[in-house]
Amino acid sequence: TLRLICTTTAVQRKSVGASGPEKYTEAFIKKQIEEFNLGKRHLANMMGEDPETFTQEDIDRAIAYLFPSGLFDKQARPMMKHPTEVFPEQRKIQWGEDGRPFHFLFYTGKQSYYALMHETYEKFLNVQKHQDQLVPEDVPLQKEKRNLAGSRWLTKIELEEMLLEKLSDNDYSRFIQLLQKLVALPCADIEENYIQKFSKEVPVQLQKVVIEPLQYDEQGVAFSTGEGKRKTARATAVVYDNGTGKITVNGTDILHYFPVLQDREQLLFPFQFLGRIGKHDMVCTVSGGGRSAQAGAIRLASAKALRSFVTEKEVEFMRQAGLLTVDPRVKERKKPGQEGPRRKFTWKKR
Amino acid sequence: DDKLLTEPLRHPDFFSVKELFTLKDLFDARVHLGHKKGCRHRFMEPYIFGCRLDQDIIDLDQTMQHLQLALNFTAHVAYRGGIILFVSRKRQFCHLVESTARACGEYAHTRYWQGGLFTNARVQFGPGVRLPDLLVFLSTLNNVFEPHVAIRDAAKMNIPTVGVVDTNCNPCLITYPIPGNDDSPAAVELYCKLFRMTIIRAKDKRRQSEAIEELR
Repeated sequence: TLRLICTTTAVQRKSVGASGPEKYTEAFIKKQIEEFNLGKRHLANMMGEDPETFTQEDIDRAIAYLFPSGLFDKQARPMMKHPTEVFPEQRKIQWGEDGRPFHFLFYTGKQSYYALMHETYEKFLNVQKHQDQLVPEDVPLQKEKRNLAGSRWLTKIELEEMLLEKLSDNDYSRFIQLLQKLVALPCADIEENYIQKFSKEVPVQLQKVVIEPLQYDEQGVAFSTGEGKRKTARATAVVYDNGTGKITVNGTDILHYFPVLQDREQLLFPFQFLGRIGKHDMVCTVSGGGRSAQAGAIRLASAKALRSFVTEKEVEFMRQAGLLTVDPRVKERKKPGQEGPRRKFTWKKR
Repeated sequence: DDKLLTEPLRHPDFFSVKELFTLKDLFDARVHLGHKKGCRHRFMEPYIFGCRLDQDIIDLDQTMQHLQLALNFTAHVAYRGGIILFVSRKRQFCHLVESTARACGEYAHTRYWQGGLFTNARVQFGPGVRLPDLLVFLSTLNNVFEPHVAIRDAAKMNIPTVGVVDTNCNPCLITYPIPGNDDSPAAVELYCKLFRMTIIRAKDKRRQSEAIEELR
């Protein structure tokens, strides 16, 4: 084989593997901050404003004025930001001038994560020690159940943001298991502060829709309105109390408007479900859609109106029966290369 | 500055490490207890005193000598401002080892050892990393009862090693082996205490000598 002897230095240099992201020293960042402050004052002078009260928004406006750019991507336009925002926190060099790292778990690779595990385990041991001291005194184990339904642990992404380090799924699940073990101990109330750093409140709303109160018209008859939709049909219904079960749609009786039995059954379903068939009167307006769609829209509107007449338990029953959910099905679009939304063209062997 | 570094090297026991432990301390901490005869490693036979009811007993006289050499070496490394890394893969003592390291102001690694930590340090950490100058093993085996990868990596990177070797461990690549028990909590607590005291003593002596030099 031929071996190249007269080569350039570039070829002789051994191929070095790709190094990780660039690291920044503390001194470098300090210098950048000084330069930024100086530049801010110069900019304020240039714009004729007071250097002391020159905020970040003023800086952005000034830069946009002095360096107009037509680029679409906002991140690509010239910007002047504080160095702590520009240089990400984790890229700082983690050791001092003599070479000694700052963190005692630096050589593990994932220092913040392991430090967190170490601290949590220490709290765990503390609680166990406390428990052991209490046992001989025969104190009844105080167990106030933490509101488990109202709180959740931090997600993996939130934990990564907190630690400024990448985590794997295994690591995350291990940490959550340790936290759960800690919480399961009887005397875990001591470390409540620490545990709250990792739990978040879940808003226990469960789609609490506001039920409107009944309105009263001139004769003192109670009524309420509801709106509903289905496919392209939109309907509004007004349900009156102390009625005989008469239903009017767009000024005409339902027998004339909906000749088909199926549509009339759809209209009556909410009343039948609540057992109030002959008790209410209804006047509705509907537009758009076809015959079935209009029936479905009026059904939803009347169910929504009936919520005001009925107890909360029955509202929950209606919700579970599906009377209060908007039907999301609409006509699917036709795709190119196919005859319809799903049907493909006839396949011919040759 | 030169005198600071050469002065300790003239005395055999500059940091009076021998006073820190006695044979009775080692015996009370159950350091002499080894594993069963079937687990014995061939290269540990010189360090074993005997075998009683199938359980190996480690020779505490030899342990004393080895321990004294190892502690003396760690003290010298700490005096010269070296980085000491405590390694142990025993889950029971992980917390203890990390707290000891933190108390000394040194470093610890009691978790899963990633492949290229030493050999690929420049890529994993950054271009100007400083690797440890001494590795201290509180247990040379990992969770699968095989020699810890760090022993081989330290030998590759020319980093001296101090390690507590039990009767089922391989003492070959370790520069200062300490034959002794690595499974009992009492024994491991004793080792942690000894290492902590030597390192703190060495650092204090360094600060004192520097202060004396500055006063002149």
